[in-house]
Amino acid sequence: MIPRYQAVLFAILLAASVIMGVVLWQLRERAHQRLLQGHDSAPTQAPQVAPAEQATLLVASDPDNSLLTQLQTLPLPQDPGSRARVILGKLLDLYAAPGAAHPVPGGGASIAQVFLLPAPELLSNPVILSDPSGAEGRGKPALSEVERGPAVSSRRTPGTRAPLTPNPAPPNGPLLAVVNLTGSFVASHPSGLEAENLTLQSICGTLHANLPRVTQVRFLVDGQQRATLAGHADLTRAYLAADAAPQP
Amino acid sequence: MNLLKDSQTSRTKSLRRLLAAFLLAAAATLAAQAPPVPAVPQPPLAPPRFIVVLDAAHGGDDPGGSLTNPDGGGQPEKAFTLALSVRLRSLLAARGFQVITTRESDAAVDSDRRAEIANRANAQACLSLHAAETGSGVHLFASSLSPAAPTRIPAWKTAQAAWVTRSLALAGVVNSALLQAGLPVTLGRATLPAVDSMTCPALAVEVAPDRSAGSNPADSFIDPAYQARIAEALATALLEWKSEARQP
Ligand SMILES: [Zn+2]
Repeated sequence: MIPRYQAVLFAILLAASVIMGVVLWQLRERAHQRLLQGHDSAPTQAPQVAPAEQATLLVASDPDNSLLTQLQTLPLPQDPGSRARVILGKLLDLYAAPGAAHPVPGGGASIAQVFLLPAPELLSNPVILSDPSGAEGRGKPALSEVERGPAVSSRRTPGTRAPLTPNPAPPNGPLLAVVNLTGSFVASHPSGLEAENLTLQSICGTLHANLPRVTQVRFLVDGQQRATLAGHADLTRAYLAADAAPQP
Repeated sequence: MNLLKDSQTSRTKSLRRLLAAFLLAAAATLAAQAPPVPAVPQPPLAPPRFIVVLDAAHGGDDPGGSLTNPDGGGQPEKAFTLALSVRLRSLLAARGFQVITTRESDAAVDSDRRAEIANRANAQACLSLHAAETGSGVHLFASSLSPAAPTRIPAWKTAQAAWVTRSLALAGVVNSALLQAGLPVTLGRATLPAVDSMTCPALAVEVAPDRSAGSNPADSFIDPAYQARIAEALATALLEWKSEARQP
């Protein structure tokens, strides 16, 4: 005869294993759902799908300290922020190519993001670029502020493309472009007044040539403000895109 | 304390003597009914000394860019600029210039301090010396500030605005002297914190290897002859600038 306490223990253990089984099943279902949802919201539009269009690049040349206009046909997304990133990526690809007149290693991947924001309000708003605390780790405060704004943004993540959220078309006012460069690009940028200024001027000029509403440009490095590009060119101030001259 | 008092009493004594001489001269002129002649040359009216400020950029914990020598070794930009500053100083002193330098050793000097030294000197020309591996020959940069009328108390960060026109004229003189010495030159405008605060005709001079045909850029940086050629050309330019300034 089985003792009574053993029968009770068996019942309890059986109930526990059944409950655990049910919970496990539910967790599995939930995880599956999440996976499916994530898949649904994953980007579907590849850059190759975008129609090829003509872009104007202002290509820097070290020997004569000049910018040369060059037309390139490349697939461009419609979203202005992604468009700006693709065009600037092409510009930096030229600089990374062997035999470039303005050699800078890094290439297109050096443009992490380009944000387009209404220019006047944001220039007077110090919250965008002046938070050096970095409480959430590198780049978080500055970037999250930028993202919260009415921005037309594009984000590059390895292997995937940013979802093109249907942003309300901003009014036809002037725009401030915030160009977020990668730390590795800045670390490998040649030092010098001419070389650094040419990089900034060609980025500003190229942005203005393709997105005429971009009148001002600011630079971040890994989402944070940086004093200089490589020891000379000032990255703390806004640059006027039209003549690529900094604004006092 | 005593020394101070002595100098004060001697100053009042000399002032008194000055006054007496002036009165005497005034009386003499009145008596002789002759046109007035300044009796004692006042310090500000003394033949103005032609002062040049040499600013060897970087220094201390700011090495600037790194310049590679053909033997594989490297030289920080700060060492090159100091060497050029020392060389140019002796050339200018030999030509009768009064030279003031912002640093004489490997010391950290911030841009405000550099501008302060230059502005206190009341100089007729200020050259901020840089070096870079990119580009070719000598890169001349004037401030990118737009010219503004001089004000009684100019804003520190844009003080150069009142001098930009003169700085561009100086750039023209330096440009032709360098070209005459057979050196490639590029001209540009840039934002330079030290130069933008200077109240003198000011230029940033960035020395790069000579990549023009027939020259070997590899040994340009260590080749003392190349450095001497640039220093000579700059000294010639400043002599020309001096003679232009003397003409009313
Ligand atoms: Zn430098």
